[in-house]
Amino acid sequence: MAGPAVLDVNNVEVVYNRTVQVLRGLSLQVPEGEIVALLGSNGAGKSTLLKAVSNLLSLEDGDVTAGAIRFRGDDIASLTPHGLVRRGLFHVMEGRRIFEDLSVEENLTAATFALTGRKLPAADFDLVYSYFPRLHERRKGLAGYLSGGEQQMLAIGRALIARPSLILLDEPSLGLAPKLVEEIFAIIARINAEQKVSMLLVEQNAAVAFAVANYGYILEMGKVVIDGPVEKLMRDQDVREFYLGLGGAGGERSYRDIKHYKRRKRWLS
Amino acid sequence: MDTLFLAEVTLAGLGAGALYALTGVAFVLIYKATRVVNLAIGEILMLGGYAFLGFAAGLGLSPWLALPLAIAAGGALGWLVERALIRPMLGESPISVFMVTIGLGSILAGVVQLGWGADPLRLPEFMPSTPVFIGEAYLAPKVAIGFVAAAVVIGLFLALFRFSRGGVALKATAADQGAAYSVGIDVPRVFSVAWILACATAAGAGVLIGAIGGISPTMGVFGLSVLVVVIIGGLDSIAGALVGGLLIGLVEALAGAFLGGEFKLVVTFALLLVLLMVRPYGLFGTHEIERL
Ligand SMILES: Nc1ncnc2c1ncn2[C@@H]1O[C@H](COP(=O)(O)OP(=O)(O)O)[C@@H](O)[C@H]1O
Ligand SMILES: [Mg+2]
Repeated sequence: MAGPAVLDVNNVEVVYNRTVQVLRGLSLQVPEGEIVALLGSNGAGKSTLLKAVSNLLSLEDGDVTAGAIRFRGDDIASLTPHGLVRRGLFHVMEGRRIFEDLSVEENLTAATFALTGRKLPAADFDLVYSYFPRLHERRKGLAGYLSGGEQQMLAIGRALIARPSLILLDEPSLGLAPKLVEEIFAIIARINAEQKVSMLLVEQNAAVAFAVANYGYILEMGKVVIDGPVEKLMRDQDVREFYLGLGGAGGERSYRDIKHYKRRKRWLS
Repeated sequence: MDTLFLAEVTLAGLGAGALYALTGVAFVLIYKATRVVNLAIGEILMLGGYAFLGFAAGLGLSPWLALPLAIAAGGALGWLVERALIRPMLGESPISVFMVTIGLGSILAGVVQLGWGADPLRLPEFMPSTPVFIGEAYLAPKVAIGFVAAAVVIGLFLALFRFSRGGVALKATAADQGAAYSVGIDVPRVFSVAWILACATAAGAGVLIGAIGGISPTMGVFGLSVLVVVIIGGLDSIAGALVGGLLIGLVEALAGAFLGGEFKLVVTFALLLVLLMVRPYGLFGTHEIERL
């Protein structure tokens, strides 16, 4: 892994309602410029980790009881959730969480608060519309009327407005048709490459996550059980069987297009 | 039945309704941003009236200076209440917060009574008293001014919500606090601003109402009618407060004129009951609110 870590999670434990322990000594790093995948079955604690990193955990009566989380070297414990966003850490939450009774444009306007107090040029709505032309067509309409895929695009679009250095993406493929998943992940890979944004990508769909990620962690019961570069994980027998759903050899036909883009990007840079 | 009389009653009803609507907007603002049912809104309104009296009669300031000062005092009270009473209750059950606002209401009424006594008082005259005629119908000038002032303020609020970035922050916070934080909105600041604006508005409404009917420590019961207004309109809808306020003002005036003053409340609550049976979340409210 090259470069210093944008995000450094060290031995973190999380407890909900002062009783239920969900993370049990979890450590991971996101190096500058890379996409790191965090995989694991339902209830493993993936979303909990992301909420701990963005400091949104306190809204759900969750506490980090041990360990430390550093974003660009700063301990996040003393920062407010909106303060973190304004420093460049953007959390695209599970289930998209767009503002349904606001228009598409107003949803993007809401994200301009992420630029408060930063010496940055004005919010670039056109950048969002260049990645997601469909949002431009529907910019005056209520976000609640968008399709699931378009809502995910809007959720990612809000992140683009915020000009983050790290995006936490919680299951962007959730509930979307395979074709759409492919389209959105191709754009995720492009955003990573073109906007120089590091990403921590939570997924249950390991195949599509591996198509864009450089490194992966696999989480079970609040602990990392396997981690390594994606190439290595894809050869791992357990990973193939339990997370890629492949019995033996071969069969990884899907998502090759995204992979292709990723290779070309590396070759170009 | 005399059409001129009907017209005058209607106008008076709309005038009173505009002040209901204005106070209703203040209530909705707080509910929208912080999900707090603020039962002290009537007492905050009352405090606006007394603050005006204090500045104008007590300190001898010009009423036109006392008015903005009374509004500012309302804003300051809103800031203080949010900071000192409401924010520490974050995460507690809505019922406990609701009880806190009831307590706040009785404290404010008590303070006013200690300072100014229990008797009703008149505010210094400061509005023009030229009679207003709409067609042939007479309208008390203060009621007309109250109506215009309320309409202007409500119009400003509506424009603010629709077209300003701050309005987007408020609507986003109202819809989903977690998501609002996640896009960089300073949610506690939205809470604070909502309380300041709402209590300043209520204090201003208190001056208008006090100018028409005088002030007294029991003036806070106005808050009960406002509660009916916002339940009818939908707790989280500015447009609902507007329509609900005008409707209640009108119904009360008509009931008072044609059935007798003692029927005002009966008719109002009957209307409330019928409406809640048909639309449990109010005319314009969001569906989820029926839980409350
Ligand atoms: N707000 C909460 N309060 C209590 N327990 C929670 C809360 N959120 C999640 N959990 C529990 O924490 C565990 C991990 O949840 P989560 O992080 O959402 O998993 P994942 O995202 O990997 O599916 C689950 O057992 C879940 O029930
Ligand atoms: Mg999850």
